Amino acid sequence: MTPRRQRMVLVGLFVAGVAVAVGLALRAFQENLLYFYTPTQAIAGEAPDGKKIRLGGMVQKGSVRREPGDLELRFDVSDNEKTMTVAYSGVLPDLFKEGQGVIAMGQVDANGIFRAEEVLAKHDENYMPPEVAATMATDGQATPVPPPSTDAALN
Amino acid sequence: MSEFFAMGGYANYVWPAFGITAIVLMVNLLAARRQLRQTRERLQLRLVRQSGKRVNT
Amino acid sequence: MWTWFFQLASPPHFYRMAGSLVPWLLWPALLLIVIGSWGGLVQAPADYQQGDGYRIIYVHVPSSYLSMMVYVTMAVAAGIGLIWRIKLAHAVAASCAPIGATFTAAALVTGMLWGKPMWGTYWQWEPRLTSELILLFLYFGYMSLRSAFNDLNQSDRASAVLALAGVVNVPIIHFSVLWWAGLHQGPSISKIDAPSIAFDMLWPLLVMILGFTLFFLGVLAMRVRGEVLEREFHSRWAQDVLRGASPMEAG
Repeated sequence: MTPRRQRMVLVGLFVAGVAVAVGLALRAFQENLLYFYTPTQAIAGEAPDGKKIRLGGMVQKGSVRREPGDLELRFDVSDNEKTMTVAYSGVLPDLFKEGQGVIAMGQVDANGIFRAEEVLAKHDENYMPPEVAATMATDGQATPVPPPSTDAALN
Repeated sequence: MSEFFAMGGYANYVWPAFGITAIVLMVNLLAARRQLRQTRERLQLRLVRQSGKRVNT
Repeated sequence: MWTWFFQLASPPHFYRMAGSLVPWLLWPALLLIVIGSWGGLVQAPADYQQGDGYRIIYVHVPSSYLSMMVYVTMAVAAGIGLIWRIKLAHAVAASCAPIGATFTAAALVTGMLWGKPMWGTYWQWEPRLTSELILLFLYFGYMSLRSAFNDLNQSDRASAVLALAGVVNVPIIHFSVLWWAGLHQGPSISKIDAPSIAFDMLWPLLVMILGFTLFFLGVLAMRVRGEVLEREFHSRWAQDVLRGASPMEAG
């Protein structure tokens, strides 16, 4: 083997080694890397007790409600399997909407209601003019707003 | 025209984002030019000093 | 087969060629960036969800793309420098770092400005944002490691190892939105199935990305010329250039 070829192998092995090490480390810390829990996970008690967690999912259509005379907003967050009610009183991001993905930061109370301190909107990777979105919706095609990929968190 | 600058209410986010990117492009260009010019000037000075020494000895 | 490669890697040849190439890279880059900005800010329609706020995409995506592309360029150059002992390759790698760092910063700041109105937050420790921040630190680490050595050869080799180790972060950034459920949305352009972005909105973005790429190559060529001149100070051609006695000073 020429010295040059030797160095080539060395560099290749080094990069591959770092990649494997980082891959294994990421795998080992998979749970700590979890950015949010789905309603299914939260209800199953997979989230740590008594600690603030993030809950992610889709705001169910027609579930956003406000009690009269109350500042608190309630809506149901779903991952297409289980649903959790979120209670929140605060500023909502512009993209917060029924049928849209959200991530709420807070804690589950004794009644099983998620008390959110912060609500973030998750948006999708689709960009189009409003007219196109309207046509797509009336054509009965797949809606331009697919549910957020909450299933990825279940893996 | 003012409607254009209002950016549908997102002016406070859209314009700073474009501004910062423009600054980054400018800084890159100016820094690269300065680096090339300064390197050249420094090396020219070194060259003059070297050849000066050679003449003196 | 490799002759062109080694001819390109010959410092005087590179110095001359890069010099004449710079205007041919930077002027088209300027033109494309102006056209892309006009297309993105004026021509492209507002988004059905984000209104005019989505226009930040026209600076955010090109910056983010460059932040990763420059790193890959740096790591590949560093690898070539290590394997073939080509000094020019090390000069390229060293010149990439400051450029990449500034575009990483631009990607982060424009992303924060986009995140605040849409997501409702400037910053979250979620996978995409965190891995992009790590990229910024990799650039900083690379630059400070370089400056920690007095010997250029040592500096080249040590920093090349760091550049190669850090390259695993690039696929992590790219796939972070698919591997982990975070806050950042998935890719719009590189998706294989149906286009996720209307053509009227897409073309200015592609023009911007091309413009940014040419800009990077132009600025890189300028920086590498300086690096090469410095490294080749003791050679005859460099001294001819410095005395102004060489026709190489075309740029």
